[in-house]
Amino acid sequence: MTLLALIRLEHILIALALVLGGVGGFWLAKSRLGRKAPSEPEAVHHLLLPFAGTEISRRAVDAALRLSRAEGATLMPAYLAQVPKSLPLECPIPKEAGQAMAMLEAIEQRAAAKGVPVDARIERGRTYRHALARLLSEEDFDRVVVSAGATGTQGLSGDDLVWLLERAPAEVMILRPGPEDHRMVVPATALASNGNGAGSSV
Amino acid sequence: MPPAIDQGPESTAVEAPRRGHYKIFLGMAAGVGKTYRMLQEGHAEADAGRDVVIGYLEPHEREETSAQASGLEELPRRIVEIRGGATVSEMDLSGLLRRAPELALIDELAHTNPPGLEHDKRYEDIATVLAAGIDVFSTVNVQHLESLNDQVAELTGVRVRETVPDKVLGGADEVVLIDLTPEALIARLREGKIYPTQNIDAALNNFFKIENLAALREVSLRQVAEEVESKRLVFAEAETVGTRDAERVSDDAAKAVGERLLALVRPQASSQRLVRRAWRSAQRLGTDLDLLWVKPPGTPIDGECERQVTALRRLASVLGATFLIEEHDDVVVGAARVARERGSTYIMVGESPPPRGLARLREPLPQRLMRATPPGVDVRIVANRGRRDEEGGP
Repeated sequence: MTLLALIRLEHILIALALVLGGVGGFWLAKSRLGRKAPSEPEAVHHLLLPFAGTEISRRAVDAALRLSRAEGATLMPAYLAQVPKSLPLECPIPKEAGQAMAMLEAIEQRAAAKGVPVDARIERGRTYRHALARLLSEEDFDRVVVSAGATGTQGLSGDDLVWLLERAPAEVMILRPGPEDHRMVVPATALASNGNGAGSSV
Repeated sequence: MPPAIDQGPESTAVEAPRRGHYKIFLGMAAGVGKTYRMLQEGHAEADAGRDVVIGYLEPHEREETSAQASGLEELPRRIVEIRGGATVSEMDLSGLLRRAPELALIDELAHTNPPGLEHDKRYEDIATVLAAGIDVFSTVNVQHLESLNDQVAELTGVRVRETVPDKVLGGADEVVLIDLTPEALIARLREGKIYPTQNIDAALNNFFKIENLAALREVSLRQVAEEVESKRLVFAEAETVGTRDAERVSDDAAKAVGERLLALVRPQASSQRLVRRAWRSAQRLGTDLDLLWVKPPGTPIDGECERQVTALRRLASVLGATFLIEEHDDVVVGAARVARERGSTYIMVGESPPPRGLARLREPLPQRLMRATPPGVDVRIVANRGRRDEEGGP
């Protein structure tokens, strides 16, 4: 009887040891995995693509689209509009809006072809940097892709990009196309008027 | 302290005189011929036997204008001393009221008076003249209208400081648009008919560009069309008050003149394409755009919905459109009510997803909208880009 009780106790102890071992192992594995987790990037929901002017580097747009698609994120192209000081900041700007609409349409066409959802914005400011600052404070996004124009004739300046790197509350990717890469996304209307027919880019 | 206005011997009369008839000659820019036309009509009135006086004329050293003024009595100007001892000549309001003609011609109603005169602005002088029962013809350029000042500044890059409240134009009995093509106006400028020779090049390089003038012409034409429409609607309402057909007539009146576009949106990113299409159509038609979200009752505006509503509101502000939220559990009923209220002539809707289940038995949204809205309202469907691209559309 005593021997039988001892055997039972032994079985119980073995079972208990197995359970404790399993729980401990699981806890250890979980804590190790947990330690690795912070180094992994957070999920990207919105990818901001600010730009100014009537054209944007095709390489930058395509890079933003590739990243958005890979991350399952929504692309947020944002046209930065300058409002002269002689006008109230919040006034309608139909002339600028016309340019913005055409550019956003061209970007959306490329995005639709790649199956990337788009949520566009037009932001007003006294300068491009001011518009960018307003955009950063008003919108939620997880990553910024910005094109450093090879020509530097329009859009964000080098100083603006440095400012963006310092202030943006998210990852920033600055993409400068090669010096020979002049391919741009331009509105279809601009192509048509140049005699290139309809399309979204050259 | 501004001097008291001498109303003349008639001011002792007990009964207030009838308000004078007010006619404004509106132009898109200097040199279109507003003052010339005002003087022409002044001559016609004088020839018809009326007592006509030029209260104030700004001939701008234009020979044709000066020639047109000859033969009409011109009221002596009042000399006013301004800062630094300099003097300027202004309209003599008290003198005009004492002279009390039947019709006064008063140029440049947007003019700002120097300190010390009865009023700060000439349109206030004109209000006093009208109140004294004197008819007035006056002139103004469209960029002086307060509500258009920002728009014109954005279009042309030139802002004028002297503005006139829109109610001044709205209060006129007649508004006559003096229209001229941009090409004809530039030809007049080149011929030296608007500015002295030494100022022509500067004018051509700054304000007098074809694109500026074309935009201003469009703004002027639209302004006058809106004035005509608003007056006609007031007239229609006055005519129909208390009659059985009041509702029907005012419905017809709302839609008879001008187009108005209504785009049905939802707080989601895909609505932006619809807004873009609608705005482009509104631009082509030269009409106003309303964006409407018919919100199911009790739907909270928070999270992603709030984000999209804010985005739509900001987009509407950039475009000069109006964003409306109408609470109703039936999109068609809500949209039809707003369309009637706003006098919409076009309704734009996005493509609906293919119906499933029992929804297949239901009449499609565009057809329901067409039946619910007043007759003559067009419904246009904007295709879904994703589907078009899948099908290999253009």
